[in-house]
Amino acid sequence: MDIYLPIAEISVNALLIILLGGLVGVLSGMFGVGGGFLTTPLLIFSGISPAVAVASATTQITGASVSGVAAHSQRKGVDFRMGAVLIVGGIFGTILGGFLFLELQKAGQIDVVVSILYIILLVGIGVLMIREAWTVIQARRTGIPIKPPARRHHPIVASLPLRWRFYGSGLYISPLAPLGLGFAVGTLTVMLGIGGGFILVPGMIYILGMSTRVVVGTSLFQILFVAAATTMVHAMTTHAVDIVLAVLLLIGSVTGAQIGARLSTRINAEWLRLVLAALVIMVAIRMALGLGWRPDEIYSIEIS
Amino acid sequence: MNRIRLLLFLALVPMLLGQARPRLVPAVDQEEIEIIYSFTGSELMVFGAILYPGGRVPEDPVDIVVVLKGPEQSILLREKQQRMGIWINAAQARFRSAPAFYAIASARPMRDIVDERTAAIYELGVDSLQLSPASANPSEEARRFEEGLVELRSRNGLYIEQPDAVEVTEGVLYSARIDIPARVPVGEYTAETFLIQDGRVLAGEVREIRIGKSGFERFVATASAEHGFFYGLAAVILSLLLGWIAGAVFRRL
Repeated sequence: MDIYLPIAEISVNALLIILLGGLVGVLSGMFGVGGGFLTTPLLIFSGISPAVAVASATTQITGASVSGVAAHSQRKGVDFRMGAVLIVGGIFGTILGGFLFLELQKAGQIDVVVSILYIILLVGIGVLMIREAWTVIQARRTGIPIKPPARRHHPIVASLPLRWRFYGSGLYISPLAPLGLGFAVGTLTVMLGIGGGFILVPGMIYILGMSTRVVVGTSLFQILFVAAATTMVHAMTTHAVDIVLAVLLLIGSVTGAQIGARLSTRINAEWLRLVLAALVIMVAIRMALGLGWRPDEIYSIEIS
Repeated sequence: MNRIRLLLFLALVPMLLGQARPRLVPAVDQEEIEIIYSFTGSELMVFGAILYPGGRVPEDPVDIVVVLKGPEQSILLREKQQRMGIWINAAQARFRSAPAFYAIASARPMRDIVDERTAAIYELGVDSLQLSPASANPSEEARRFEEGLVELRSRNGLYIEQPDAVEVTEGVLYSARIDIPARVPVGEYTAETFLIQDGRVLAGEVREIRIGKSGFERFVATASAEHGFFYGLAAVILSLLLGWIAGAVFRRL
């Protein structure tokens, strides 16, 4: 079933796009990631221009996360206070990211910078997650009791002034820490065309030391707002949001997100983390190889 | 519809026989190609008659070549080179005007019809396009970039040569079918018809064609281009709504 995309200006198979959205939606609901790091490259592979892919993916991320936020908040899995602080940081980050993106685009180096950023982040996060999950699994197997969940925030976080109570997260820390985390993720949202969940979630666990119960929901809550803001920025500056493409992706992903959210309560958390880590590292390896291989297209066109 | 036009055409032919040079009377089956949601490409038919002075069909065979050429764009072409093990954009060239789409239809390969010089003058064939790089000196580098652009667009199906798409009947009537791919850019196009004999262009005629979006597709495209804020708002609201509906539906299940 081919359908013409009015902004992307090409025809695509509608069912394929819906399926793609569905796959990403399941991941989104399970892991609290927006899934942009999968949607964007897959859309580009199917012949859609990078600008349209990035902009339309942010629209899809908005919709997928609202569905996830709804599912998680029902189970009291969202710390709204923490989320609000992250969003404020995120919006400032978006502004910086937009500026950097434009400058790098002018210099023609955005692709390479994006790839390198992806690789560094993905490898770092993947290794961290595998180590964590592996220690827990190993401890369980050998029968040595696992240390009581060492939910501690990073020493730097503890040293920041002005402490607030975050009841949902079970934390008493300075809001400057989540503000900074939100800022970093907001910057990357614009730069990498992603929701940023796969940076936010580990950040919340390992840096802030948030209770895992609220991590995924709160992450989705932040992504929802930052992705909506990014959609607006794209609609007004790059004019690359393809609403037809976004709707097709959404039909798949909002359904997938619900399924994913249900699955996440049934599957063992450590194995879940291991699977996500493996996925993250696979994407990183693929990207690293891509940088060294001779690309299919040596030339790229920019219409001016 | 096409048949009626063709018949009308034939009826008019005798009235036009009184001149000294051969003439072309071309027509197209669609002056406007509309792109709608189910657009997966189209086919443009350019047909017409060749009018010879005195109505005498020459003994040497003639060739008809049809060129469909689309909106001129000013583009920046970037070239990746390997630096320290990775491929990055290392060089660039600007083309002040290159057609976004170019298709040439003929009955046999172009190199059998005209020589290189004539091909260059009339821009017959994707390798003969005058792409006018902004730097005027036709250096080695400029040529490399030009080839790169042509190759890239050929692979994307935007620069096409169709050496078996023209039929000439009785040396008088001709028809050319040009495949238009789904990713064709919108804009103003020209369909040029050339009459060629012994490597010389005897006559040429131009018809204009518009490729545009219609209905819903046009509405979306204009809304996106001219009312970015409201378009973005609509996109956000739509995505929130879809997400919320899915959530509400699944809660019932």
